[in-house]
Amino acid sequence: MRYLPLTEADRREMLGVIGAKSVDELFRDVPASAVLGGKIAGLPDHQGELEVERAFQAYAAKNLSPGSDPFFIGAGAYRHHVPATVDYMIQRGEFLTSYTPYQPEITQGTLQYLFEFQTQITLLTGMEVANASMYDGSTGTSEAVLMANRVTRRHKALISGGLHPQYRRIIETTAKWEGFKAVVTAVDAGGLEDLIAQVDKETSCVVVQNPSFFGHVRDFTKLAEACHAAGALLIVVVTEVVSLGLLKPPGEMGADIVVCEGQSIGNGLGFGGPYVGLFATRDKYMRQMPGRLVGETVDADGKRGFVLTLSTREQHIRREKATSNICTNAGLCALAFTVHLTLLGEAGFRRLAEINHAKASELADRVSAIPGVKLLNDSFFNEFTVRLPKPAAPVVEALAAKRILGGLPVSRLLPDDPSVENLLLLAATETATEEGMGPLVAALKEVL
Amino acid sequence: MVQSLDRSQGRDGGSAGGVAASPANTHGTFTGNRALQIEEPLIFEMGQPGRCGVDLPEPAKVKDRLNGLRRSGEVGLPGLSEPQVVQHYTRLSQKNYAIDMGVYPLGSCTMKHNPRINEKVARLPGIGDLHPLQPVSTVQGALELIDCLAHWLKTLTGMPAVAMSPAAGAHGEMCGMMAIAAALEAKGERAQRRIVLAPESAHGTNPATAAALGFTVKPIPANDRGRVDLAALKAALGPDVAAIMLTNPNTCGLFESEIVEISKAVHAVGAYFYCDGANFNAIVGRVRPGDLGVDCMHINLHKTFSTPHGGGGPGAGPVVLSAALAPYAPYPWIVKQGDKWTIAEDGGALKSLGIEGTPLGRLKAFHGQMGMFTRALAYIMSHGADGLKQVAEDAVLSANYVMAALGDTMSPAFEGPCMHEALFDDSFLKGTGVSTLDFAKAMIDEGYHPMTMYFPLVVHGAMLIEPTESVAKEDLDQFIGALRSLTARAKTGTAAEAFKAAPLYSPRRRLDETLAARKPILRWRPSNNFKEAAD
Repeated sequence: MRYLPLTEADRREMLGVIGAKSVDELFRDVPASAVLGGKIAGLPDHQGELEVERAFQAYAAKNLSPGSDPFFIGAGAYRHHVPATVDYMIQRGEFLTSYTPYQPEITQGTLQYLFEFQTQITLLTGMEVANASMYDGSTGTSEAVLMANRVTRRHKALISGGLHPQYRRIIETTAKWEGFKAVVTAVDAGGLEDLIAQVDKETSCVVVQNPSFFGHVRDFTKLAEACHAAGALLIVVVTEVVSLGLLKPPGEMGADIVVCEGQSIGNGLGFGGPYVGLFATRDKYMRQMPGRLVGETVDADGKRGFVLTLSTREQHIRREKATSNICTNAGLCALAFTVHLTLLGEAGFRRLAEINHAKASELADRVSAIPGVKLLNDSFFNEFTVRLPKPAAPVVEALAAKRILGGLPVSRLLPDDPSVENLLLLAATETATEEGMGPLVAALKEVL
Repeated sequence: MVQSLDRSQGRDGGSAGGVAASPANTHGTFTGNRALQIEEPLIFEMGQPGRCGVDLPEPAKVKDRLNGLRRSGEVGLPGLSEPQVVQHYTRLSQKNYAIDMGVYPLGSCTMKHNPRINEKVARLPGIGDLHPLQPVSTVQGALELIDCLAHWLKTLTGMPAVAMSPAAGAHGEMCGMMAIAAALEAKGERAQRRIVLAPESAHGTNPATAAALGFTVKPIPANDRGRVDLAALKAALGPDVAAIMLTNPNTCGLFESEIVEISKAVHAVGAYFYCDGANFNAIVGRVRPGDLGVDCMHINLHKTFSTPHGGGGPGAGPVVLSAALAPYAPYPWIVKQGDKWTIAEDGGALKSLGIEGTPLGRLKAFHGQMGMFTRALAYIMSHGADGLKQVAEDAVLSANYVMAALGDTMSPAFEGPCMHEALFDDSFLKGTGVSTLDFAKAMIDEGYHPMTMYFPLVVHGAMLIEPTESVAKEDLDQFIGALRSLTARAKTGTAAEAFKAAPLYSPRRRLDETLAARKPILRWRPSNNFKEAAD
């Protein structure tokens, strides 16, 4: 077996040093009832690299990977171009095969990029402090609600109808089992929801998304003021982080916690994971944050260095009193994010956002010009919602049969809500081309 | 942006943390670099306006549809060219220790070899470049892949069901404990069963998870053999107990020899048995947790199944479930109907598929850590049933070899045999003035990543060594030799100062963690330069 260096001679010699006759002796604490005669039955034996690769090629061949085919799906995961440098860098063994930097003297590489990452997140979101990443945007959002409950000592979260339906579902699940109230408002496809009247003295936080799941761009300054007047926190979720290159950051609207899905920068679609959650807040709430934090310090020679810090919040120190049970974060995905954003820089990041907005504007104009199709958005970044004259799900299936991945039928995520049956969510990033938009529009005309 | 001409960051500073200065801090180069060890500023100290590492076309001119919310002012990101970015992160990478460099015996973390074929197949366009919400008809191969991994996990553990979506071990714990809460609720016992038992040696995530779900955590003591004290456990069991959370093999590196009695006693009072599967590597392919009476167990794919640790994630933590807990597995459920795969995301979908189930809800967007599933399955297929069994045997053999080869000079915490990790306490250092921390830092200078220190908490000055199955015998022998030499030096009784000065040869010497926590600097600002921090 190519991964196992011990030879039979090694094993015999090692058993001799141990003073055991066979390896079975080392397993003598296993109860007799659980001892198996040989291998576990019903599973194949080892294979060479060639055979393994072929098996995965066979899986891959059964999927429709967009390649250069028309592609317009978003809804919390976006197809962007990732520079080759990013993937090269995260495959360096020194990053790929290192672990949590428990020994800072020999993990300054990881610690420094995480410090850079934390700084980048504060700049993007307009916030004061950020952690070293969460699993993803969806789990980070529910951690933000838990944090708001801790900060306010209240137990009622108000959840916008513009938040990604799966994110909403995760908060509801957390609420049910961890014991707080999640008030989930009606689905807001039109982007007109006003939650101010519902914020009261029991509200721990209000959770909104910008741009919303349906693509609307909103100003939450007044909502932030209403939250603060009532002693609640405003949590702003951003599932398309590229939008922050063009849009007023949540920090400037008065957000108290900002959670982003960071996948768009540096990380591919990957069928939904692993992604990277970005989590930022105000300095005053620093010690209530979940997740790992990297801080600057000095070493014994007085040189600048970085360490994991404020770990008295964390489970390995505080155990049942920890701010969260989280241990691992998304280190390598955070590296991909940081390398990509460093390549982009100020000029590249802002231009990337402009291109996304321009492409989506073009697509919105062309799709909404199709007879019977109505654009629901006055505002959007790179994603918008249209109402079709018939149910969207079969339309999307018909497009897929033509190798066109033509958006998300909203009913896929909200199957019980008849009001969204005809809604189609379309996204266009810098990867959208005339060769993609033309066939999409033509096919839509044909199918509708 | 500020450009740092002094790349050393090594201005004159006093020694911190009471650590003695050593000759190594006057390294005597003009740049502050030492050959391959190159000092590296932050990207924010390197950027220049007008530099960019990408070339993007001019955007088409369109009318803003941003609701008047265009960002004013700069984001503040530095501008670097591509070669600068490559050099920067390459230099940073060279400040890291990694599995690819040598023995990484971090106990409880299973730092085994990470095969590169796994990286290659995860990047096949037909796997890596799929949107999670593409029509299900266009991702049949992806769903089949997930199901194949699920089949392996179920068969290797002897359990009937698995929830694939948890993103990491701790997330899997949350999933498993929620399933237990859901089962209790279905029986009308959730209000009455408020206690979760966990050994004192448990990972911190166990009590943190139970407490988050509103349970009261009650610690169970260990006996003098490092196992759960069965009598104490039985005394703690009652109608108010929801579950026990138990790691097996446990965090002392020992198999819980009375585990069948434990699970019987737990079930006899109507409670559930959560097994922390962090140490599954010791028994994979050889023992099925299902045969031990486990109700649910998370599997850290980044440990046993070698998905890369990546500097601290991403991980993946699928949870295998007993028949009693299977109906509560969270969405999504991947189901085969005829020859088609489908994804059930809600109750309506389950009903239309004719499947019984009352899922506890949803824990994560989309369908789980697909990239980790792919790597883990490639690892599993490469090993097969025969190879995985050999993995467990070699991991256990190597740990026992380390224990035997060091047992006469270091102090094993418990009598063997151990499983995949060898636990020592610090009694062999008594009177030497050398602490576990000092000993670990001295290992760094010898070219090794230290073992896990001060965990589990039940052993004084714990040193937990997990060699894994990936280390060749001659490398193990060299590692053992280094530890024996360090032990001999410590025992001279005159080496405490030398140990306290270690490490001398790493990119940084000991870092002042107290300063970092007392005056937290968690982001770069133009003003928070080194000097301010030192003040």
